Amino acid sequence: MSIDQGTAAKVAKLARIRVEEDDLPALAGEFNNILGFIEQLNEVDVEGVEPMVSVTPMRLKRRKDGVTDGGQQAKVLSNAPDAREGFFAVPKVVE
Amino acid sequence: MAELNGMKIAEARDALRKGDVTSVELTEACLGAIEGAGALNAVVHKTPEIALEQARAADARIKAGDAPDMCGIPLGIKDLFCTKGVASQAASKILDGFKPEYESTVTRQLFDAGAVMLGKLNMDEFAMGSSNETSTYGNVVNPWRRGNDETALTPGGSSGGSASAVAADLCLAATGTDTGGSIRQPAAFTGITGIKPTYGRCSRWGIVAFASSLDQAGPMTKDVRDAAIMLEAMCGHDPMDSTSADLAVPDFEAMLTGDIKGKKIGIPREYHMEGMPDEIEALWAEGRRMLADAGAEIVDISLPHTKYALPAYYVIAPAEASSNLARYDGVRYGRRAQLAQGDGITEMYEKTRAEGFGAEVQRRVMIGTYVLSAGFYDAYYNRARKVRTLIKRDFEEVFAQGVDAILTPATPSAAFGLGEMKDADPVQMYLNDVFTVTVNLAGLPGISVPAGLDRQGLPLGLQLIGRPWEEGDLLNCAYALEQAAGFVSKPAKWW
Repeated sequence: MSIDQGTAAKVAKLARIRVEEDDLPALAGEFNNILGFIEQLNEVDVEGVEPMVSVTPMRLKRRKDGVTDGGQQAKVLSNAPDAREGFFAVPKVVE
Repeated sequence: MAELNGMKIAEARDALRKGDVTSVELTEACLGAIEGAGALNAVVHKTPEIALEQARAADARIKAGDAPDMCGIPLGIKDLFCTKGVASQAASKILDGFKPEYESTVTRQLFDAGAVMLGKLNMDEFAMGSSNETSTYGNVVNPWRRGNDETALTPGGSSGGSASAVAADLCLAATGTDTGGSIRQPAAFTGITGIKPTYGRCSRWGIVAFASSLDQAGPMTKDVRDAAIMLEAMCGHDPMDSTSADLAVPDFEAMLTGDIKGKKIGIPREYHMEGMPDEIEALWAEGRRMLADAGAEIVDISLPHTKYALPAYYVIAPAEASSNLARYDGVRYGRRAQLAQGDGITEMYEKTRAEGFGAEVQRRVMIGTYVLSAGFYDAYYNRARKVRTLIKRDFEEVFAQGVDAILTPATPSAAFGLGEMKDADPVQMYLNDVFTVTVNLAGLPGISVPAGLDRQGLPLGLQLIGRPWEEGDLLNCAYALEQAAGFVSKPAKWW
């Protein structure tokens, strides 16, 4: 599998990371290096093997479905780069 | 008495209880050492006021007579741990200015036990790196040098600040985290002890997430006894982390008898790597001899899927990272990029993440995005998870044969020079974790113990891997190895 510049641009878009046009060839090259390394996994016979879900066999604990926390608006907003009138503020989303 | 900041946890605990020293004195000695160690760049947010307040409280508690072991012990805290009201930014620009409103479970447990926080420690950005060269705060320097050669060496990574701070006696011990070797590799590079416990032993709540199915916190200390004391204070069940194990925490220190007669120690043949320095092979053979002399039975074992651990890791860890790091969007915390007129929300995300994440983090997030994307999920991500099942099975089969612990080298080399790997491709750097990453994939406990010096005078470590939940037994094997190796070297102070 080889990644071209178009694919690299698509991945960057999906990851929401701006990559300048000029940097795409180098990025595609790095991806190909890493994926080449990962390709080794194709040598392994994984027929009938279950993909790991949890590294230690454990059952998730259950708890009562109740409100245990809340009412911390000021704390929730305290680290926001832009908070106004009790909300997170972002650029216009809908025209 | 040695210099106060040079003390170990156990020594300090005993001296505090006898009234020979106060926590304020210990803390002041460490704060002084930190002031003089700017050249190491290990401590990135100093918290002297918090430290002295905690130290005074600890002294009062010790006087009252019911203080836990960690009471009054000055620690460094890796920047990955959220500490209430204190900068916690995972060494990333994207978390510039972030001051959590809450305390991570591990640090809360340590502080509840009376431990003192000296400051936050440098690391690789989001714990992604093996040389502490990806930090927004700049490189950490290893206190060790190659003899009289002044070349600055890496302390390893990602817990490089923790390793450097402990090795240079800036604190008595430090917290670390380990996703693929980030406690054990830097411990080996700096001549200290570091243990990654079984997955689920330490709560991950409040620790900035990298790869949630692999991340574990652990102590980085000056010897095995200190690791036992500090680990006990860090672990335990936490309802805030659904993967935290609801198991009793044993008295690990009480299990350090040094008696390993009849223990079965496995030597995995697949860990003989091509191109590994002779000195590492020799140290490993020496470790084998030392454990045999201590009465252990040494057996050769096979872990056939070892070779595939790193490639599987470099699918699974980036996949989880791409998902975990999606939260850094410039909205809820940290730093938002300057926007141009007319920029919408997508531009805000893209510019914020391009500016806020360093090159290695960007690379891993994008690789993770790719292996999880439609059409590749099965070929990469699911295949890697199947290989992970096989890697864990390798260990299970060996343990089923009665093996108690497995001895391997901790790293494929001694500490290398900062910048030496600059032109190498990322995969070369990833090879640093070749001996440690299997342990994270299988969720097992692993410990790195300093065992000797190479011919340039740099420390080398050996790794012991234990059965799940058997940290006590593992620490005891490590204790026997430590006693036999008798490693006491310290870096000569130049900073």
